[in-house]
This record gives sequence, C-alpha cells and structure tokens, in this order.
Amino acid sequence: MASRPRTLYEKIWDAHVVETRDDGTALIYIDRHLVHEVTSPQAFEALKVAGRTVRRPELTLAVPDHNLPTTARVDAKGAPVPIADPESAAQLAALEVNAPAFGIRYIPATAREQGIVHVVGPEQGFSLPGTTIVCGDSHTACHGGLGALAFGIGTSEVEHVLATQTLLLQQSKPMEVRVDGDLGPGVSAKDLVLHIIGTIGAAGGSGYVIEYRGRVFEAMSVEERLTVCNMSIEAGARAGLIAPDDTTFAYLKGRPMAPKGAEWDAAVAYWRTLRTDEGAAFAKSVTINAADVEPSVTWGTSPEDVVPINGRVPSPEDFADESKRVAAQKSLDYMGLVPGTPMTQVPIENVFIGSCTNSRIEDLRAAAAVLKGRRKADNVRWAIVVPGSGLVKAMAEEEGLDKIFTEAGFEWREPGCSACLGMNPDKVPPGERCASTSNRNFVGRQGPGARTHLVSPAMAAAAAVTGRLADVRELV
Amino acid sequence: MQPLSRVHGRAIPLGLKNVDTDIIIPAKWLKTISREGLGAGAFESLRAEPGNVFDDPAYTGAPILIAGDNYGCGSSREHAAWAMLDLGIRVVIAPSFSDIHSGNAVKNGILPVVLTQDAVDRLLEVAREGLEITVDLDAQTVTTPYQDRFTFEIDAFRKHCLLNGLDEVGLTMARGEAIGGFEAQRTAAQPWLMRGTAAA
Repeated sequence: MASRPRTLYEKIWDAHVVETRDDGTALIYIDRHLVHEVTSPQAFEALKVAGRTVRRPELTLAVPDHNLPTTARVDAKGAPVPIADPESAAQLAALEVNAPAFGIRYIPATAREQGIVHVVGPEQGFSLPGTTIVCGDSHTACHGGLGALAFGIGTSEVEHVLATQTLLLQQSKPMEVRVDGDLGPGVSAKDLVLHIIGTIGAAGGSGYVIEYRGRVFEAMSVEERLTVCNMSIEAGARAGLIAPDDTTFAYLKGRPMAPKGAEWDAAVAYWRTLRTDEGAAFAKSVTINAADVEPSVTWGTSPEDVVPINGRVPSPEDFADESKRVAAQKSLDYMGLVPGTPMTQVPIENVFIGSCTNSRIEDLRAAAAVLKGRRKADNVRWAIVVPGSGLVKAMAEEEGLDKIFTEAGFEWREPGCSACLGMNPDKVPPGERCASTSNRNFVGRQGPGARTHLVSPAMAAAAAVTGRLADVRELV
Repeated sequence: MQPLSRVHGRAIPLGLKNVDTDIIIPAKWLKTISREGLGAGAFESLRAEPGNVFDDPAYTGAPILIAGDNYGCGSSREHAAWAMLDLGIRVVIAPSFSDIHSGNAVKNGILPVVLTQDAVDRLLEVAREGLEITVDLDAQTVTTPYQDRFTFEIDAFRKHCLLNGLDEVGLTMARGEAIGGFEAQRTAAQPWLMRGTAAA
C-alpha cells in the first residue's frame, strides 16, 4: 500500500475494507456488535422469517438496558421481580429468548455484569482499540474513547451485521477537533464536549468522523475520553475517536474479554501504530483553547444550546440566522425561560446522575465529592443516581459512595439507561426541570413536557445542593 | 422494501431545523417488537400544538415532507423511518440530514433529498400554497407547477437500491466468499480480533 500519510480514522477504515464496489460503497468488516432489547427484536424477527443465521455469534454481545426498571430486580428471597409494564416485559423477554437462540452471549438483567451497553463493552474488554464497533444506538460513538471506530446503526443494519458481520458504507471525511492547554479547576470532560458542540453546532460534524487531538485528551483518563466521544453524535458526527496510548492499554489489561499473554503483546504492538501520521490531511479542523472552557450548561432543546454557567439565557435576537431565531423562540417557550436570566437563577426540581455519558465510577466519585456532608435543597423533589453497570455499582458501594448519595437525599438505583430517555418508569414530570448528566435535552426526551439542562456530574451535584443551576467551583 | 422512482403530491411544509428522532417518534413508542402502526405516535409533540401542519387536512396523506437543517438527528431508532412510512411519507427534502437517519430512511424506501436552504425555502412556499411537487429519483430532480427545477445528488448505490427496492442483506450474503476470505486472513494474522465474547 502507498505510504500516503493517513489519519487514524483512515487507518482503521482501510484495515476493515472487505471489498469496494464500483460505485465507491465499501463492504466494511465489523469486529464487535452490541445488542440491546429496543432496536433488535425486528432484526431477529427478519432473520427468522428469511431463515438466516448469525454469521459470527461470538462477535456480538447482548445486554438489556434501555427498558429495564432501575428499582430492585430480585426480591428478598432472591427471585426475579416481574416487570410491571407488559410491553417492556415482552421486549425484554424477546432479547432473553433471541440471544441464546442465535448463539449470542447474553448478560441477564440480574447479573453483576449487566449495565448500559456502552459501559459494559469497555468494562468487559469486548471493545478494543482499532476495532469497528456498532450497536443499534447512536451513542455507540462512546467506544471511540478507546481508539475504536464506533458508531450507531439502525435496525436494518443490526440485521445486516448479524447475518453478514459487515456493513455497506460510504467513507466519512476526517475532521480534527484540537484542544490544547489545560482545563481549569472544576471543568470536566463533559463541560468540554458541551463547549465543543456549542461551538461547532449540532450539525457541525455532519458527514465527518471527529478525531479529538491535543494535550487535553492525552491527559484524560479513559473514562473521560469515553464521555467526550460519546457526545460526538450530538455534533452530528458519525463517530469520534481518540488515539489509543498507554493510558488505554493500562485500562484494558486484564479485562475479561481483552487479549491475553502473547496475544496481548501483539495487540499492543498493533495498537501503537494507530496514530494519525505526520502530514495527514483533515477535511475540517477546529481549534479550541482549553482555558476558554468553563462549566457548561444547556438552556434550550438542542445540545448546541450551550452557555457557560455564569452566562445568561440568550434572546432569539442574538442569533443571526432566521431559522435559528425561530428555533430559539420555540426552545425558550418549551423551557419556560426568559431571555437575560442568569443561568444560576434557574431553579431545579429534579437531578439525574447516570447515562452512557456519565455513569462510570469517576463520574460518581466527582458527584459524591461535591455531595459529601451536604444535602439536596428542599425544592429538589427527585434526585437519583443510576450507575452504568452492576460492577460500577459494586465498586461505588465498596468506596462508600452510595452512603454519601443517600445521605444527601438521592435514590441509589440499579443500572440502566433510565431517565436519559424516559423509556422505563424513570421520568421527569411535565413542566419540571432536571439537571441531568445525560446527553440530550430534546423536547420530551426525559418524559413528555420535561425540561432538561445538560451538565457534568459535579454540576448536577451542585444543582442538587443549591436547588438551582450552580457553579460547582463555588462549592469546592 | 417498496421501490421508489417518482413521487408526485403535496408536501408537508414543516421547515423546522434539528428535527430529532425523539420528535419523529417518542421513546414510549419504542417498546414495540413490530415495525407496524407507528404512524399513530409520529410527530406526537408537534401534533399536540393546535393548527400544526400534520393535522391540516390540506396535507393529509401527503407523500413529501419538507424540513430544515439536520433532519433526523439524535437517536438511531429506525422506528422513526417506520413511523414516517406509516404516515405515507416517501420523500423528505431538507438542507441536511443526520447520517444514521438518512441511511435508515433509504433502507425503508424513503428518499432523503438534500437541497440548498434557498431551494428548500422556495419549496416551502410552494407547499404552503397546497400545490403538488414532483420528485423524480431517476432524473434526480424536484419540480414544481411554477417550473422550478432543482437537481439533487445521491450516491449511486443508494439510488440503485431505492429504484429497485433491493434488500441489502441479500446482496451482501451473496458476497459470503469474500467475507470468508477476509475472516481467514484476520484469524491467521490477528486471532485476538476474532475471539470476541469467546475470550472470556
């Protein structure tokens, strides 16, 4: 192969091309496939109807997460608690039957390893650098934090991957988001990615795969990188990536499904080649100074509606283009906000700490550090913590974090997607606000009429304590 | 999937930007294990607004939807495409689409047409007059009774699949030998890549 300098994205892409069609569409091999209960039943049904099998069952891992209640899953005698909603129960039962019927490893709802697909994949070492990873869920971009090319797919594509272990794809363009310098105290990976989306817009990454580059990302833990890459989709990008390095390898070593022994050494040697070459060209490049990033919060109903916590609710007139003015007015009406209001004067009735963006152990530690010795404000009606997996939950309990949360007035729940998308019973009531560590502030996302403000785990804790959106830097 | 070549009819003038798939079909409708009947929940939050375009009798059964920038952003739920199809929508015209949603649309026989904002604004005007628009996939054009004529780009493979109503899974399964060759090569060179869940 010619030695044209290539980006990390191009290297991973090239390594997975089975063949290229005359029209430029490539048949791309898929190394890892995660399956959950919501976007898979129609795919399994289609396989059954056509008499098709799963080509490589060991390359797919199934776990329920979206629809599961986060209340106790077993009763005092250890028997599974039935799921009250009949539709949810039927969908969960379908996965429980389909996965083993097609030879796919299934993690049951009651297992310690159960959790949100995007927390489970890295945690088990199923997700690896340089691999292609897909799931019927747009936040699959998350796994890019390990240096994998990971992206969400629809149910037809879930069926395509199950049957052929490939996808027919057009190559995206490589985009660079470079952040140099250091993040200030109290400024987290979540604040940074919200700032990035606010800067480039909800469609700013459309048609691209983003590579996050620069010192800030090199200094991040794997969990912080997962948070950043997770929200690439909110900027419209197909995927987000961070080059794997020693931090990545240390995170993966010894995980159950990671390579072992001589294969581990061979894998690491290969992973070290996964870096953008000197002189490789990006189709688009954005540079951000880390020092400009402050704790961030959203005011509207698109993840691009971001302001610093010490900013104010914008006015529709602040926007140059007409369609954005119309959208801003609609957002303000839905959110019940008045232009010019300082964000720190926005009261909060609900707090949600969880989701594939922010439910890993470091997230829980960051929130607990703010909550320790404090209690939620009286106007905060509902505050819950939903760990990303049973293993995260167990680790947090070992560290005593569960006690800090419950003493602060939070409910300590079982793992799942929960109030991020309000599919299970965890919903924010109509007209009420929620400081949420999730990834989407869309209309009705956390329940019909619910008003979402996206924040970091530490900022969610600060909101709980003060009963309003608050600058965590004033509490630590 | 139903082949699609030429669609002629009224167009729903939505015009809104960043229409996410939670708006197209809210999460509570995703508990189904079927692809059918999702039209009942389509655009639920928008339809709760009095005087919304979806419930305007002038657009009942209209096969074309005109939207703003970044249509179908957010969740990968293919339920959004199934819901639109159930409403009878076969073409969406917008300045840009989310990657995942436009792929889901095509796989269900819905054509995403990308035009400039100016062209979209013009088509919105025509649609608001209740006039019919013609979308011709073969010629890659959108035309109006006022003789407006806009051309659009679409990748050749998508066009081929839409025109012929092809099942991609079937097409790829016919390439089983090439896939097998690729797998054999990987198993020899990087066996750890092929272990997956069997590694544990």
